[in-house]
Amino acid sequence: MFSRLRRSYDRYWYAWAMALPVTLVLLVLVGYPLVMGVYYSLTNINDLNMGRTIGANHIPASFRSVGLHNYGYILSGGDGQFYQTLVWTLEWTVGCVVPTVGIGLGLAQLLNRRLRGRGVYRVLLILPWAVPSFVAAFSWRLILNSPNGLLDWVFTRAGLPAVDWLGSATGAKFSVILVNVWIGVPFMMVAFLGGLQAIPGELLEAAEVDGASPLRRFLHVTMPGLRPVATTVTLLGVIWTFNQFAIIYLVTAGGPGGATNILVTQAYNDAFSQTRDYAGASTYGVIILSMLLLFATFYRRALGRGQEAAA
Amino acid sequence: MTARTVSAVRSAPDESGAPAAPRRSYRRGRRSPAASAALHLTLLVASLIAAAPVLWVVLTSFKPDSTVEMTDQLGPLSLHNYRVVLQQGFGGWILNSLIVAAGTMVFGVFIAATAGYAVSRMRFPGARPLMWLFLVVQMFPVAVLIVPLFVVLKNLHLLDNLLGLILVYATTAVPFCAWMLKGYFDGIPTAIDEAGRLDGLSPFGTFWRLIVPLARPGLAVTAFYSFLTAWGEVAYASQFLQSPDKYTLPVGMQTFVNQFVADWGPMAAGAVLIIVPAALVFFLVQRHLVAGLTAGTAKG
Repeated sequence: MFSRLRRSYDRYWYAWAMALPVTLVLLVLVGYPLVMGVYYSLTNINDLNMGRTIGANHIPASFRSVGLHNYGYILSGGDGQFYQTLVWTLEWTVGCVVPTVGIGLGLAQLLNRRLRGRGVYRVLLILPWAVPSFVAAFSWRLILNSPNGLLDWVFTRAGLPAVDWLGSATGAKFSVILVNVWIGVPFMMVAFLGGLQAIPGELLEAAEVDGASPLRRFLHVTMPGLRPVATTVTLLGVIWTFNQFAIIYLVTAGGPGGATNILVTQAYNDAFSQTRDYAGASTYGVIILSMLLLFATFYRRALGRGQEAAA
Repeated sequence: MTARTVSAVRSAPDESGAPAAPRRSYRRGRRSPAASAALHLTLLVASLIAAAPVLWVVLTSFKPDSTVEMTDQLGPLSLHNYRVVLQQGFGGWILNSLIVAAGTMVFGVFIAATAGYAVSRMRFPGARPLMWLFLVVQMFPVAVLIVPLFVVLKNLHLLDNLLGLILVYATTAVPFCAWMLKGYFDGIPTAIDEAGRLDGLSPFGTFWRLIVPLARPGLAVTAFYSFLTAWGEVAYASQFLQSPDKYTLPVGMQTFVNQFVADWGPMAAGAVLIIVPAALVFFLVQRHLVAGLTAGTAKG
């Protein structure tokens, strides 16, 4: 046993030494806070009982363990917002990822051909990605502002009723999805363009010679070729959207009345707005992370099975 | 899989022997004028939707207070809003953002590079869990770490401190950089490493003298991306920075537009001042961005 350890040390010490700095940093900066976060979720810590030092006086921490009470409270719907927020978080994720991937794929298809002004279109279509997302959020607030914003102006000119975009629950939900899709499409488009260009031209030519219609060429040659890119960007898109903080926080701040709060912004509000309920926020954090891990595991497994079937 | 697709497609015409005429209409790369017009129209509308918000902000930034909320009136255009923004500490916010972003970038790339190389080139127990860790930590939602990090920084007296913020950003930057760099190192032929070893270089020597110079474009893109994320981060910065002279851009901009005030003019001017340099740099490097992001995952 000991000699085996010794031998593996002799063989691997170089690799371990090179991986050591990262491991240490992750242990200190991620591992320790994560453990603390899980611990906080089992206590009743808040801003008042966490202990503090004012001048020379040190007030000791007085929070205590409450076991799984926080989880029971939240998962049983006791805080009156968890399930409502969860449903909207799922709607938000699907509502953002599906159009983003769809429009991105569509635009990539349109751009992936000989076309006058292709370069100009490409630059213009990528523009939303080049704008930092916090700037985009502020800019869209200006446009969605009612009744004097640009969007309402366009609506009234088109003979449609003006909409209170950020003031009503439905309007605000639509608005944050709109902004997030606007920001997200260019990444998907560029990723799909790369994927399309990696599909060998001979394959499409062969299909064309065989008389396959454009639709069938797309379904049977292009789509299988795009599979690796599509699965990757969909996974990234889901994770990014599920965790998206800046857009919701800056465009609606979760409002009106918490209607657009997703789980992440909800936890943030619990921790840092009026109540400063650190324990509740930590519990939310642990629940969110567990859901993401579950999702990623299932996604990878489903993917693995799919690839085996295809191969 | 590809081979089979080809053979399946190739075998079709012998059986069907389809006539030549209907095939012509399916030709790639040729369009009827109507199809061409539809294509350009779609792309024009999409481009308009993509560009209009940005143009609108640019226009708004020049408007005077009196017409800033009026969509169909311009009023006398001027640089007034820019003057207001610059007087309100905008320069300081930019400087703070640059410090935090550059610090995060340097920290992330330096710490992560050797680990990315080790995972890419060496087989060792712990390599797979490490890759998995890099992926999972990037998925961490803000909500998981923000409270403990808040408490830790508070105890270390690093709240309201740019160094504290750099450490916080390292939690995502380090695994992200390691993940990206592993993907780039995978793309460099191992023959180079072998040549280095034959010439008597240590593994680290090989990495430092041969691989790092070759991976420079990958390093640059990774660095740029971690810079971008730190530069635009909202959640941590909004809570951890408390005094206005420490604000980074996303926090500072919130002083113009929040629940209580909406100073659209200065906000728009600030936005333009951020967008112009950000977009210029972005367009220089963006071609390399996606390749790096998706490469790691595809091979992981």
